[in-house]
Amino acid sequence: MNRAAVLAPVWLWLLLFVALPVVIVAALSFSTSIPGVPPYTPLLQAPETSNYALLTDDAFYLNAALKSLAVAGISTLFCLLIGYPMALAIARAPDRWRSLLLLGVMLPFWTGFLLRITAWIGLLRDEGWINVGLQAVGLPALRLLYTDFAMYVGVTYAYLPFMILPLYARLSRRDPALEEAAADLGASPWTAFRTVTLPLSIPGIVAGLALVFIPAMGEYVIPELLGGPGAQTIGRALWNEFFSNRDWPMAATVANALLLALLLPMVALRARQ
Amino acid sequence: MGWVRRLVPVLLLLVGHAALAQDRVLNVYNWTDYIDPKVLERFTSETGIKVRYDVYDSLETLEGKLLAGNSGYDIVVPTAEPTFSRLIAAKALLPLDRSKIPHWSNLDPKLMQRVEVSDPGNRNGAIYLWGTIGLGMIPERIQALDPGAPLDSWDLLLKPEHAKKLADCGISVMDSAIDTIPSVLKYLGRNPESTDAKDLADVERTLMTIRPYIRTFASGGAVEALAGGQTCLSMTYSGDVIQAAARAKEAGQKTVRYVAPKEFAALTFDMLAVPADAPHPAEAMQFINFLLQPDVMAAITNQVRYPNAIPASRDAITPEVRDDPNVYPDTASPRFFTVRATPQAADRLRTRMWARFKAGH
Repeated sequence: MNRAAVLAPVWLWLLLFVALPVVIVAALSFSTSIPGVPPYTPLLQAPETSNYALLTDDAFYLNAALKSLAVAGISTLFCLLIGYPMALAIARAPDRWRSLLLLGVMLPFWTGFLLRITAWIGLLRDEGWINVGLQAVGLPALRLLYTDFAMYVGVTYAYLPFMILPLYARLSRRDPALEEAAADLGASPWTAFRTVTLPLSIPGIVAGLALVFIPAMGEYVIPELLGGPGAQTIGRALWNEFFSNRDWPMAATVANALLLALLLPMVALRARQ
Repeated sequence: MGWVRRLVPVLLLLVGHAALAQDRVLNVYNWTDYIDPKVLERFTSETGIKVRYDVYDSLETLEGKLLAGNSGYDIVVPTAEPTFSRLIAAKALLPLDRSKIPHWSNLDPKLMQRVEVSDPGNRNGAIYLWGTIGLGMIPERIQALDPGAPLDSWDLLLKPEHAKKLADCGISVMDSAIDTIPSVLKYLGRNPESTDAKDLADVERTLMTIRPYIRTFASGGAVEALAGGQTCLSMTYSGDVIQAAARAKEAGQKTVRYVAPKEFAALTFDMLAVPADAPHPAEAMQFINFLLQPDVMAAITNQVRYPNAIPASRDAITPEVRDDPNVYPDTASPRFFTVRATPQAADRLRTRMWARFKAGH
């Protein structure tokens, strides 16, 4: 009884802001686009599956999903490679430094997300700081902005804290005695890391991978601002359906497909555990 | 960036909401950089109506809000094609009450007639400002890469032998199937309103030949890209380039120029319109009437450098703007054309083709 009362706000929140929107979007995906306000046929009246047929018939959507997979996958890998040493360094830093270093990781969040991504335009553009720096030391200028590379940089930069924080949470709780014991028993630092620290941090790695990969998969803003025109990610495809084609039902269909593509593997993974 | 500028009026809107509840107000939703702020001050001091001014930087944003309903705006400025005519079809606009707009007679009847393809009888909108779709460029950088390039011709963009040479200094095309395809159809000698699948396939083939040389598809960012030296050739709206030219001049950068190509150029009209569910329709009519005065329109044109549709404003426009044929083209010339709305099925084919073109495969 008491427990139900405590959990009620949580359930209410999930119902109103998670379940209900998902149901509405699902219903919208079976509607069709018409001129009008709002621009679709009334929900659940004569449901149509033609949107889902288009999703599979037109290779455009599959290609967009694959592009997103590549962007999210590569950026998540970069986040792990950069974030792990940073998290480990913070976890091993003296106590008085730790909170300062963590603050350093989170400080960029105090400014607007769009502002930080726009700042990268200034850094990466043809006459931007990076190219000016390269040319100053006699190196040739590079085409950086509006490339896949710029997109990976942007996504990695934006989501890096989401990798560092769960890793740090895990690594800071490790028992230093375990590594000392490994060293006492003759393990080199690398062997101790590989056989003790790394396996113990796997839950942190999994949490970090999920926290970065899932939002990166649907990312729209960064590919739009930094990516090249060929980078048609699923987030951009969704935006196009909604705004350029004014086809809200098709946009809902793409959103649903993305949700299922991310949710089903996670459900399957949980079921196996 | 557009969104920074957008944030300030939105905050003001929120703060002002409670305090001004008793006053007469008007909620205006217009393009970024598209009015003279002094004009708004004058309207408020003459009528006592407070203006809450909010801006968008793409038609998609405007259309998305209006189609959702209850946008809260009283005045919107959709471009005649595609958004204005689509809003009319969706019954999202309130027909204007001309008895409340005596200054309507100031409008150029020839230009208003051009808009009738979108709005028969001119029932739903008055022309605010207009322009052409052509080429913005930095001639010095183009000539350095492609000496003798035809700067006044669509060949500069649409012939691969020229586009290829300009790839290094950057080509951008406006990210708009609706604004681009009619010009390419016309370039190929077809009807710019064609919805024929074969014509569309030919447009796609033509665009694909220059696709490898396009650096970016800009919607709002064309001005920044050109003024900042990111691109040296940009297919976009005339006024955007003319603003970029002014900025580049201020910053002491290379000369930016707009060209309405010699072969043809599409006309675009931005319309003053009132949403069907506008909370203050009477104030909206009063605002439209206020804007259609020659001295008000001259001030706006002088500020934003787009031509207006009030011939009597001409004398009050600075010669630099008035006498530049690229700013104020002679619309009587047959090379300027307008297109009417395409059916939704054709729109879908066009946007799908556009997505393939952007993706490059």
